[in-house]
Amino acid sequence: MSKKRTAKTGRRSPLATLALLTVGLATTGGAYALFTGTATAETTAVHQQLVDDGEKLFVANCATCHGMDLEGTETGPSLVGVGAASVDFQVGTGRMPLQQQGPQAEEKPVQFTEEQVQALAEYVASIAPGPEIPEEEYLTGKGDAAVGAEIFRINCAMCHNVAGAGGALTEGKYAPALTGTEAVHVYEAMLTGPQNMPVFNDANISPEDKANIITYLKYLEENPSPGGFDLGNLGPVAEGLFIWIFGLGAIVAITVWLTAKSN
Amino acid sequence: MTTTAPQAPATPVQSEPQLPPTRGQRFTGAAANYIDERTSISGLVKELGRKIFPDHWSFMLGEVALYSFVVILLSGTFLTFFFQASMAEVEYEGSYVPLKGIEMSVAYASSLDISFEVRGGMLMRQVHHWAALLFIASIGLHMLRVFFTGAFRKPREINWVVGFILFILAMGEGFTGYSLPDDLLSGNGLRIIDGMVKGFPVIGTWTSYLLFGGEFPGTDVVGRFYTLHILLLPAILLALIGVHLVLLVVNKHTQFAAPGATNDNVVGVPIMPVFAAKAGGFFFIVFGVLTLIASFFTINPIWNYGPYDPSPVSAGTQPDWYIGFADGALRLVPPGWEFVLFGYTVSMNILAPVAVLGLFIVVVMLYPFFEAWLTGDKREHHIADRPRNNPTRTAIGAAGVTFYAVLWAAASSDLIGTHFRLAIEHVIWGLQALLFIGPVVAFIVTKRVCIGLQKRDREIALHGFESGRIVRLPGGEYIEVHQQLDEYERWKLVAYNDYQPLMLRPNKKGRITLNQRARAVATRWFFEDRIAPVTQSELAAAHAHGDHHGELEGSNPSQGAISH
Repeated sequence: MSKKRTAKTGRRSPLATLALLTVGLATTGGAYALFTGTATAETTAVHQQLVDDGEKLFVANCATCHGMDLEGTETGPSLVGVGAASVDFQVGTGRMPLQQQGPQAEEKPVQFTEEQVQALAEYVASIAPGPEIPEEEYLTGKGDAAVGAEIFRINCAMCHNVAGAGGALTEGKYAPALTGTEAVHVYEAMLTGPQNMPVFNDANISPEDKANIITYLKYLEENPSPGGFDLGNLGPVAEGLFIWIFGLGAIVAITVWLTAKSN
Repeated sequence: MTTTAPQAPATPVQSEPQLPPTRGQRFTGAAANYIDERTSISGLVKELGRKIFPDHWSFMLGEVALYSFVVILLSGTFLTFFFQASMAEVEYEGSYVPLKGIEMSVAYASSLDISFEVRGGMLMRQVHHWAALLFIASIGLHMLRVFFTGAFRKPREINWVVGFILFILAMGEGFTGYSLPDDLLSGNGLRIIDGMVKGFPVIGTWTSYLLFGGEFPGTDVVGRFYTLHILLLPAILLALIGVHLVLLVVNKHTQFAAPGATNDNVVGVPIMPVFAAKAGGFFFIVFGVLTLIASFFTINPIWNYGPYDPSPVSAGTQPDWYIGFADGALRLVPPGWEFVLFGYTVSMNILAPVAVLGLFIVVVMLYPFFEAWLTGDKREHHIADRPRNNPTRTAIGAAGVTFYAVLWAAASSDLIGTHFRLAIEHVIWGLQALLFIGPVVAFIVTKRVCIGLQKRDREIALHGFESGRIVRLPGGEYIEVHQQLDEYERWKLVAYNDYQPLMLRPNKKGRITLNQRARAVATRWFFEDRIAPVTQSELAAAHAHGDHHGELEGSNPSQGAISH
């Protein structure tokens, strides 16, 4: 193989290094510019588009209660600084827009598409910084379930029940069941403390431990109770009702049958 | 008192030709003789083997309790092979992933190993726990049966008390067992007991330290409860079950009024061989039902709860159902009942419910003596009452059941809140009100229902059923033909005791004692509203009347035997 041929047919032209350098510089510079707020024209445009869409959606769907400038009203809290994570949780689980005033926002079918939720989140985050939507790496459920379970029992079980079956709070509020909740929403809930839930920030429970909790919840979801049907994981009340209604019911039916006189 | 049984063809009739005994018969005879000569058991067999059991489904509930207890003993024995009652710390190395590497007590680790490593251990654990729930539930239902049929009357008052103590012991067994796995749930239960004990003035704290061997939770309680659970309590329980059964044999069984069944006999099947065979089969049915439940339904998933740690309390933490009424009583106490006296906190929030529950238990236990005093009835009663025929007793029972049920419901106030979308405070307020109103309403409604049913019985006994057949008489008059009961059916409706309010009369010394006055008040409350059973003359009159007119008039004056 000759040098000439290599030069002719090789994919790397002499200008390649230069081009690569340019692209690299442009990317890092662009990213830098993006993060420092002076984005390149294109990404700014895409982002600005999202924010604008978000603003329109916000004005149309949220501003009645949260105010035109997120400042809040008598019927809804201020959203300044709640962050994208909060919006993604509240809107992404259907809790917002609120169906009706009540002890707490109820989960219901999601009202917006994913893009719309993202736009709303971007818009709210663009007004004031707040907790970001979590990184994918914490949501995989590949952490340590045992550590997660322990942290869950100490921090979460008093409201959500050890098996995540949910529980009652005061004045009609409640901690919802966690089965079927998406990992991203579990994470965001810990991060932002929606409704009556306390905030578990990263100093309180580290992102790794949040991932461990998610791992434990996924474990519970994917592994049915080793003892058979779990009766809703509601504890002794369900068991007591079961033995009285079905256990003793069956036994009494049998006694009636045994002592029945033949016709 | 005699026992009569349908004559079983047990003895060969003399007139048949005598065949030489076969080899099998010779062997049986020789073996029986061998044993009898050394134990004199034949007297016992003769006595016991001819014990008669009447046939009614509700008479089998006590059996259910007995058989569940046998299941508990069997499965419990299996569990003792593997359970280690130690609170020493170990690191879990078993197969349940979400607990791997977690520090826990040996007791909890061995409970987990029974569930996950020991072959058949999970099934046995679940059979044991489900059987325990069924044991106490069937005792409860059995007690209700005895109460509502008046089967606690003389000569069975003592056996009622024995049975009642059995019920309390069974709850003690249940609670000590619930505390053994040393998981979060059992620890929370113990914490409540600790709090209740500490709530007692002066002795509370010391008692708690004695129980737990120091400050709660300590490292002793599982070992101590284990000894109670597998040694002391079962021993007492077994002994009392023995007493209960001996008294059952001595007192004979009650029966419902039926053709040929009187206060002086027992009609049914003898233990040997029919009842024994049936009972043996029924034992396996109970065992089978329990095993089926245990194989399909999780009970107490200790692996979810994690090792006990005094800080976390899970939502939905409740005791097993039989302790629920006590938990409910604690939950229903309004806030602010503690007060400080001479620098000591008096925990009325603990003491009041404990006192109420204690009183409730004592009242239930002593009820037979109250009714015996009230009626002044010294006769033996072997015919079970139909609940409607003693309206006040039935109403008292209904009120008691309601009271218990409200306390019971209160133990799950949080789950009622979440499942019926109610605020937990509203549930508590509602139940607080219901605790006082419910029993009163239940009393009144039950009493009226009973009296209504008695009236209907009386009507049917006198005039028969409405047959729906309309007949036109030659004079143009339409009547509905009433179908008369036969003698046997009618007997069931008219055979019951009629008590009346006590008439105050001076005794031999010419004085009216306070006791008599109290009894007069009590009997007036008890028997003022009553329907007298149909008498022979009323029946004769009704029939003479009916022969002519085919039971036309519904508004018959004879139905109005209700006084006041």
